Amino acid sequence: MTNHWVDIKNADVIIVMGGNAAEAHPCGFKWVTEAKAHNSATFIVIDPRFTRSAAVADLYCPLRTGTDIAFLGGVINYLLAHNKIQLEYVKAYTNASFIVKDGYKFDSGLFSGYDDAKRSYDKSTWAYELGPDGYAKVDETMQHPRCVLQLLKKHYSRYTPEAVSNICGTPKDIFLKVCGHIATTSAPNRTLTFMYALGWTQHTVGSQMIRTAAMVQLLLGNVGMAGGGVNALRGHSNIQGLTDLGLLSNLLPGYMSLPSETETDYKKYIAARAFKPLRPGQMSFWQNYEKFHVSLMKSWFGDAATKENNWCFDWLPKLDKVYDVLQAFELMHQGKLNGYFCQGFNPLASIPNKAKLIDGLSKLKYLVIIDPLATETSCFWEDHGEYNNVDPSKIQTEVFRLPSTCFAEENGSLTNSGRWMQWHYQGAPPPGDAKPDAQIMAGIFLKLRDLYRKEGGAFPDPILNITWGYRIPHAPSPEELAMEYNGKALADLADPTDKPKIIKKKGQQLDTFLQLRDDGSTSCGCWIFAGAWTEKGNMMARRDNSDPSGLGITLKWAFTWPANRHILYNRASCDPSGKPWDPNRKVIYWDGSKWTGADVPDFKPDIAPGNQMGPFIMQPEGVGRLFALDKMAEGPFPEHYEPFETPIDTNPLHPAVINNPAARVFKDDRGDFGTSKDFPYAATSYRVAEHFHFWTKHTRISSILQPQQFVEIGEELAKEKGIKAGDMVKVWSKRGFIKAVAVVTKRFKPLQVNGKTVHHVGIPIHWGFKGIAKNGYLANTLTPFVGDANTQTPEFKSFLVNIEKA
Amino acid sequence: MALQSLDITRRSGTTTPSPAQRKTMEVAKLIDVSKCIGCKACQAACMEWNDTRDKIGTNHGVLDNPMDLTENSWTVMRYSEVETSRGLEWLIRKDGCMHCAKPGCLKACPAPGAIVQYSNGIVDFQEENCIGCGYCITGCPFNIPRLSKKDSKVYKCTLCSDRVAVGLEPACAKTCPTGAIVFGTKEDMMHHAQGRVADLKSRGFTSAGIYDPKGVDGTHVFYVLQHADTPGIYSGLPKAPSISGMVSIWKGVFKPVASFALALGAFGAFFHYVIKGPNEVSKENEKEFEDEK
Repeated sequence: MTNHWVDIKNADVIIVMGGNAAEAHPCGFKWVTEAKAHNSATFIVIDPRFTRSAAVADLYCPLRTGTDIAFLGGVINYLLAHNKIQLEYVKAYTNASFIVKDGYKFDSGLFSGYDDAKRSYDKSTWAYELGPDGYAKVDETMQHPRCVLQLLKKHYSRYTPEAVSNICGTPKDIFLKVCGHIATTSAPNRTLTFMYALGWTQHTVGSQMIRTAAMVQLLLGNVGMAGGGVNALRGHSNIQGLTDLGLLSNLLPGYMSLPSETETDYKKYIAARAFKPLRPGQMSFWQNYEKFHVSLMKSWFGDAATKENNWCFDWLPKLDKVYDVLQAFELMHQGKLNGYFCQGFNPLASIPNKAKLIDGLSKLKYLVIIDPLATETSCFWEDHGEYNNVDPSKIQTEVFRLPSTCFAEENGSLTNSGRWMQWHYQGAPPPGDAKPDAQIMAGIFLKLRDLYRKEGGAFPDPILNITWGYRIPHAPSPEELAMEYNGKALADLADPTDKPKIIKKKGQQLDTFLQLRDDGSTSCGCWIFAGAWTEKGNMMARRDNSDPSGLGITLKWAFTWPANRHILYNRASCDPSGKPWDPNRKVIYWDGSKWTGADVPDFKPDIAPGNQMGPFIMQPEGVGRLFALDKMAEGPFPEHYEPFETPIDTNPLHPAVINNPAARVFKDDRGDFGTSKDFPYAATSYRVAEHFHFWTKHTRISSILQPQQFVEIGEELAKEKGIKAGDMVKVWSKRGFIKAVAVVTKRFKPLQVNGKTVHHVGIPIHWGFKGIAKNGYLANTLTPFVGDANTQTPEFKSFLVNIEKA
Repeated sequence: MALQSLDITRRSGTTTPSPAQRKTMEVAKLIDVSKCIGCKACQAACMEWNDTRDKIGTNHGVLDNPMDLTENSWTVMRYSEVETSRGLEWLIRKDGCMHCAKPGCLKACPAPGAIVQYSNGIVDFQEENCIGCGYCITGCPFNIPRLSKKDSKVYKCTLCSDRVAVGLEPACAKTCPTGAIVFGTKEDMMHHAQGRVADLKSRGFTSAGIYDPKGVDGTHVFYVLQHADTPGIYSGLPKAPSISGMVSIWKGVFKPVASFALALGAFGAFFHYVIKGPNEVSKENEKEFEDEK
């Protein structure tokens, strides 16, 4: 979230799109009802299905699954055509006035630089035109034909209300009604918030859907404002913490990244990440990358990390490609990956195309499961009839099940969607031999280190030299780990502006990432978490919910990364002269000598208004990007591409380029995509309020509340197929089938798309062959093995199926 | 066993007066249907607090589950998809005991003290006194009480009388994430409901209103409805609920007659005994019996 849960109460217009907050985030959803009750907010839901969120919305707007970019592109076109942008904000705080390099082009669905064979782009033209001073050129009048605003206008001029309606199936009048509500928030004293979740991320164009929303918000001047922003509602209670700590194959903690195999030179690795300002006077905060990186390496390797050995840079893996889960299972399928550790993860249920997963898992030599539950993955080799039709005698994989605790059985911090790190305490001891994950990992590590010590090995250095100063080596405590990720001084730290003065003594906990050094005198396990456990103690355990501004900014409650800041980019909540755009949303302000206010300023506190420094301090150009430069795989402007399985077999905008040209598709999966001839219905998978993923089918109350697998279809499709509510139906895709009870509903309406009637089939995911709820099929038997071109998040939300009465 | 034995104002099947030394505040639970997202957290909380568990059932082609109130499910969400002038609406109503000011169940119940009404308005079943006759089911205008096959006792929502007695809100209200269920004094809740109705009217729900039916002198669980003129669209919420005529006749006009008939019967039996003496087994009968053996 750019903002945070409580802040939603400050919005004037709330849009839930690419998510279903009432269903999947019912507790956070309370802030929507607060905004309605106390801020007269208008609440809009845009979704293929009339959801539980829609049940309490002021306006429900249908659209076909996977067409969100077309819809939001239409909104951009509407805002530009009706002059409903916050012009002063756009001019000062976005790259609208920046001039793009000559040679940049978009034509018939492809941007300049496409390589068909590699399915990727040469992005050299997706850049600013630089002046002789090395800075990007701008045209303050925003009239230059290659300035971002003009390119933006041209790009989205194709997204007319008629085109939107044709692609999305949204009735034109409802689309225009939504645009009207959105447009009201271009006023400086009105804000819109977008709440999204997996309904955006789980598409082959998922990242670009989110970007389109961000662009709408930049045009409206809603980023940095209380009640504004683009707000990702995270699923698992600590999934935010997972990404923060870099638990993705290509990341390091704090959104730093691993080097690629071509980056063997330490200096070049740093230079490629420590972005130099692209405009004069910009903060370009990633210039500090080396401080964060060196402190991380000191945290991991202690005295072994020295300036002379480039802080152990050579010990870091150098990636030849991204090892996301799809890649991992593809490698298993090819027989190239033969051991797998599965911690807090049930991939057989959570990853697409179950048949391929079973094939991959069956080829493993060993599989280690660390989980509190007997997951389907840990039992993939068991024969459960139609639910899991395997022959155990043919599977040689050795499976180890290591029972772990669940969150309530240990102390620790959970980071919520709003980046609040909240400490929690053990509620009950774990059952039986279950151990905390850290203990299990420690046990494995200590054993491995012993083996390396005794027997040596190909590359023992990182294992032998990792710091392991925990009081009980086989049981690192959550408190010790938290202090480690906060960071500490390894030597006395002098004040850089007042040299002899010592700001931190050797061994003291740091207060902020601003104290990190690139000379090896600080250690920090995750730079953005610095400040969470200081010399004052555990800041995450603070529980003072006082809210002096009334805006829901509770600086004494827990710890919010970064730097306890609640609203990111909050400098943009003030106009260039330092005055809040809206006096009722006074998040921060310039008091004549410094930035201050209800929130921690996201800015250099002593830089006066009128200075050139822009509010988007992480960006080298200091402004928000309407044009994404080379940061996205499939283009600097989001473009509508159909899902890999599309019910209309074409892309009405450019029939030659139907789906994402930069999405990675493995050879064997090409033949596993279906077409509308055999699979005429647009399917989408989702969660229901009664259950949590694949966990709560193991608990009695959730199983009572929603006991049995079902699929949802509209009344019209049911009539066509002779299906009645309560009938057992078979749903199948090119990859397999499931059987479930049919829920026939008015909440799915057929949509008119490109001259064709499109029906949806809704597939809740929660059932499987383990647990106490009625056994069922894993829904991901049906879903396609292809992901977003940037994140490789699988396309669970848009695929094709057929259905008949079972 | 009634926890608030000093605060009972009415008891079933009893003619002696109830304690009247003190009076507690009249409470109410307001269910704002327009804020309900149907998450069933209230159902879960109800099961947890009261430690009841229904069996794991099946899906019947709808999202409702369990499908109906039972002796273990004292509240259920009822989902109805309705086309109104505003388009499709998904009306989700939490069903359960309404805690009528004039409770039909209590009136119908013949078992002394099996149903009581506290001075705070809560109508509570005292299962240890229940005789399993099921008259309360007939007496209820909302079809709420459910007879258990296991113990022939009747169960329903207690409005968490045990929690309320110690100053807590009912478990469902505590749990509700959107504030669709709120709890307080009837007066405060009525005030809150009026504010909600005004908000709904400003959003175009012209017939929004409060459902607090007069036929039972109002209820201590009441609703805010988007369409108060047609309560029937909320999964059959009765438009003008009142206590069944049968109960009124039985407990109203018929009660003195019945009491007289009962008394007459007892009187007759007594004099029969006095005049005729006890029934004795004749020698012949005894012999027959012995022979049969």
